Amino acid sequence: MKHGLTPSFVTTKIDAAINWARKFSLFQYPFVTACCGMEFMAVYGAHYDGARFGSEIPRFSPRQSDLLFVVGTINHKIAPVLKTVYEQMAEPKWVVAFGACAASGGFYQNYAVVQGIDRVIPVDVYIAGCPPRPEAVLDGLVELQRLIQEQGPRGFTGINPRQTKEDLLLSR
Amino acid sequence: MIDPKGAAPGAVTALLQASFPNAVTGHHAQHGDETVSIQREGMLDLFRFLRDDPRCRFDLMIDLTAVDLYPGSPRFEVVTHLKSIEKGHRLRVKVPIEHGQEEVDSIAGLWVAADWYERECFDMYGIRFKGHPDLRRLLLYPEFKGHPLRKDYDYHLQQPRVPLRPIRERHDYEMMVEYPEGVIESKA
Repeated sequence: MKHGLTPSFVTTKIDAAINWARKFSLFQYPFVTACCGMEFMAVYGAHYDGARFGSEIPRFSPRQSDLLFVVGTINHKIAPVLKTVYEQMAEPKWVVAFGACAASGGFYQNYAVVQGIDRVIPVDVYIAGCPPRPEAVLDGLVELQRLIQEQGPRGFTGINPRQTKEDLLLSR
Repeated sequence: MIDPKGAAPGAVTALLQASFPNAVTGHHAQHGDETVSIQREGMLDLFRFLRDDPRCRFDLMIDLTAVDLYPGSPRFEVVTHLKSIEKGHRLRVKVPIEHGQEEVDSIAGLWVAADWYERECFDMYGIRFKGHPDLRRLLLYPEFKGHPLRKDYDYHLQQPRVPLRPIRERHDYEMMVEYPEGVIESKA
């Protein structure tokens, strides 16, 4: 050819191709309730630039988002709201527990705080830290992309709770 | 608690003692900030005096909360902080109340700012404010049972509004409790 390029093609499976597309077009819904939000902003600001991982656009309607970022402390008062937001999201959908409070309740072991959002909704990736460093968040995002590429969306979650992280680890 | 012996009463304390001889049960002063402990009966008149008297003029209600002295007696103290912008002085007023009689007069009619403080105090301690215009929970949800800042409330006791999913307990790795769905968590 004129420019030195040869005609070429790649072969793949349709699932792999679709999952590849999915993992690089995560529209996130930021459910931000606490101080972790600052770190979340840092990640999606220009310096760390979450857009490099295809997770660029925040959607403030659950109908338009694939990825629920639960950023900060969730207490029992707001738990029904979180559950509703999760149920309003269209399949396929994923959930990231951002920071110690969302992942486990953090240092709040009291009357008010849900001891980890997986008591309310299924979680795919837990990001540790109080708050997590942006590098940890990006690591979690890449981990989620790996899960999407390898496993794709899992079964309809409205009725059957999805696997917990422990089940997932055992099944690997 | 207030030390009855020692220091001479401050200016506002002395004024209160002269005007309400039986109401003031204790007093204390440190660095010019005075504390008085008063009886529950007739407290509203005393607060009105503090707000309106030209020698007091406490026009700013800074804070209102309670202290649970469990298992001591009196069980609670309702603590109000007042400041006078005009005079520049402060006063802390304590109203001791006993268990089973958790009711004091509302001062929301004197200082509008007291409205939500009293609602929060009711929410957290279960102290009722007589005459409050709208005494509902402020921070917790309506179906919450009990008052969590009381010392006899088990602080592990959670009251979920949505059924909890079954997971393995992470906090206590030795026990590895399997919680069934919808359980109320309690370590007590």
